[in-house]
Amino acid sequence: MKRTDDFQQRSVHLKDMTDEQLEQRFWQLAEEIVTPMVSLAKKHTTPSIERSVLLRMGFSSIEARAIVEGVLDRGLMGKGAGNVVYRLAEKKGMTVREAGLQLAEGNLWDEALETFQGGAK
Amino acid sequence: MELQPNEKLDVKKVLENLENYTPKRRGWVWRKKEENQQMGPFTFKDCSTPLKNSVPLPSAKYFGDIDPQPSPVITTEVASGRFEDDIRRMRMAAWHGADHIMVIRTAGQSHFDGLIEGTPQGIGGIPITRKQVRAQRKALDLIEEEVGRPINYHSYISGVAGPEIAVMFAEEGVNGAHQDPQYNVLYRNINMIRSFVDAAEAKSSMVWADLAQIDGAHNANATAREAWKVMPELMVQHALNSIYSVKVGMKKENICLSTVPPTAPPAPNMTLDLPYAVALREVFKDYKMRAQMNTKYMESSTREATVTHVLNLLISRLTRADIQSTITPDEGRNVPWHIYNMEAIDTAKQALVGMDGLMEMIQLKDEGELRDKVRELKERAVLFMEEVLEVGGYFKAVEEGFFVDSGYYPERNGDGIARKMDAGIGVGTVYERDEDYMAPVTAHFGYNNVEQYDASAVNEPSKLIGGSTYEVPEKIIYIDELDETDNVNVRMEETKELRETSIMKPEVEWMGDGYVMLNLFLPASKRVAEFAAIELGKKMGLEDVEVIHKEVMHPSEGTRIELKGRVAFNIDVASLVIPPEPEIMSEDEVREAIEKQPMKIVAGTVGEDEHSVGLREIIDIKHGGIEKYGIECHYLGTSVPIEKLVDAAIELNADAILASTIISHDDIHYKNMKKIHELAIEKGIRDKVMIACGGTQVSPEMAVQQGVDAGFGRGSKGINVATFLVKRRSELQNEN
Repeated sequence: MKRTDDFQQRSVHLKDMTDEQLEQRFWQLAEEIVTPMVSLAKKHTTPSIERSVLLRMGFSSIEARAIVEGVLDRGLMGKGAGNVVYRLAEKKGMTVREAGLQLAEGNLWDEALETFQGGAK
Repeated sequence: MELQPNEKLDVKKVLENLENYTPKRRGWVWRKKEENQQMGPFTFKDCSTPLKNSVPLPSAKYFGDIDPQPSPVITTEVASGRFEDDIRRMRMAAWHGADHIMVIRTAGQSHFDGLIEGTPQGIGGIPITRKQVRAQRKALDLIEEEVGRPINYHSYISGVAGPEIAVMFAEEGVNGAHQDPQYNVLYRNINMIRSFVDAAEAKSSMVWADLAQIDGAHNANATAREAWKVMPELMVQHALNSIYSVKVGMKKENICLSTVPPTAPPAPNMTLDLPYAVALREVFKDYKMRAQMNTKYMESSTREATVTHVLNLLISRLTRADIQSTITPDEGRNVPWHIYNMEAIDTAKQALVGMDGLMEMIQLKDEGELRDKVRELKERAVLFMEEVLEVGGYFKAVEEGFFVDSGYYPERNGDGIARKMDAGIGVGTVYERDEDYMAPVTAHFGYNNVEQYDASAVNEPSKLIGGSTYEVPEKIIYIDELDETDNVNVRMEETKELRETSIMKPEVEWMGDGYVMLNLFLPASKRVAEFAAIELGKKMGLEDVEVIHKEVMHPSEGTRIELKGRVAFNIDVASLVIPPEPEIMSEDEVREAIEKQPMKIVAGTVGEDEHSVGLREIIDIKHGGIEKYGIECHYLGTSVPIEKLVDAAIELNADAILASTIISHDDIHYKNMKKIHELAIEKGIRDKVMIACGGTQVSPEMAVQQGVDAGFGRGSKGINVATFLVKRRSELQNEN
């Protein structure tokens, strides 16, 4: 889009504001813009977020990658990769690390799926 | 392991036992401002605690070697591609006054989906891996002890692996990071939804580890065709990342705006840059300012870049900078060299110290053009955001190319960077969290159904697994190397001789790169000079010769050239004959010797030369000159004919002649030395009188070759001359 500088007309409604009011308006607008983006972030996840969860659970970057790939393939992203590992560990009486390593090696995925009654709802 | 100022840092030792290293602290550290700090004869108003070990500015020797440290944190960017060599540069930088080391990432890392491991070599930066981060943080832990000031280590949390990098940084004690999802969207073409969702998670880990955040808004300056026209948009970009971060939980004092004065001379840059700087600091008064230097209008002239950067520093002083970043003056010609990092740090230190206390004497006008422009910028920024909301929010606005348009908003030129919501790298990789979604870790952002397992763990999700790596760092899995050929061990083996023996080679960025730079003037036009210079370089035996700077002195009379090339040979410093540094007697020893046997000298500046300061410093009692030890001095003044000097020595029966020889054109200083020596022989007094000559261009060795007894160059003091006089007299007496 091309538009010439219509600042004079466009800014008429701002002219009577004090500097303080103008700055308040600035921050109020900024907040209004980001609010829906913050709630979007609260409700969603990504492969990188899930790998970062696995890192914090004590997996290497290579292990985390393998686990998240398995989670993606089986439609379990909505559950959380850490959750998949956690539930499997609980079910099998393993440590979190042991369960995750099994998944990273491609094992026990069917049992992991079962803990979520067959995947994403 | 502790560093010794007289020993090189052993990178091999840093790499030892790295798998067990944990950072000694976390979080960003500001400098400690000292009120009315006394240093030497001065009181500083805007300085911070001085360093334990440092390299002061070259002129510090005139002021008692003081090295005042300005109050803003000073940044240097390191980007050679070999982290092991960067470590040495970091140590030098810390000594010059940098306490924020920003490590640039290798080209392409922002599109790498995951963490990179090991120590592969990078291009224009290093691949940021756990091993390299850990090694550099470990080295900085040692270096900060050596200089006596905490050093902030910093890199980038951007690209498609933001959350993972943030976690790794938090675990490894990284202190600051760039994090701005807008940067991913606009400049890295990463899908905008993915970028913002990832950013919230990454920022949460930054909050946990108390990292300072720097945003990416300044890139609009560097990208937009006319950088000064994007100022309203820049304020918007700063605001969106700042408020997004606050909503994720970041403290405002950890949020730093990356701001660059947008223009450079020959534009009247202060009239454009200052109102912008003021507007920004007013609107963002609760946030920190990371003042960066201009790169947009940088050419290969390091001089020109330095002047622009000093003007940028003036803006910092006139307004506010909490972090003063530096751009190396060679960035317009190559990946920064060691020496230019130091130059940039010194430029910042020098200018800021020079402007210490300035704002106690002046103030910016609160009416007139400055205020009008500040107000206009704020209004334009508000209008920008009003329209963003009108079109349906941020994502829509990006789709419509609102950002990095070269028009001065609300003017639009239609050349903005437009991205699509359903396109870009990582599109389609954002998943909605189900009701039973859960992540049993600390610093996880957003919906997390921990309650389904343990209601008592809701505020502490990692309780479910007995603590995450943030509580139990032993759980971190460290990967050493994945590539057998591309790693630090292989590289260090190749340069082993240079690291471990007395064999040496010049370098600009990597151990043994062999690069040297030549400064030439050629009496030819630009094009001819360029090719002539390359030929000259080759004839000098240099390899990979390249002209890195050319500047017209006159279209036909001549061209200034800077040339780089590599030397193909090593030298062995063990085989050099290095004369010992001149010995200095104590003041008491000199006084005692003069008391026992008085001494008389005649002195003057010889030739057609009116310089008097240097010689007076050597003689005058009030400058710590030799009079103070009881030596009787007969000063004959300036432009003294040589005959007069020698005749005066005969007449007064002087023990020594001291001649000052400042003018060095056509080697006149050495020619005059030779004349004094010969005249003294002719007049039959040479064996009775000592002759010493000094001046800024005098080399002691060259002076002695002219037949005089000693030469004194730049930096010589009264005590050096007195020591010589006493020692030489005693030698002569022993000979006789």
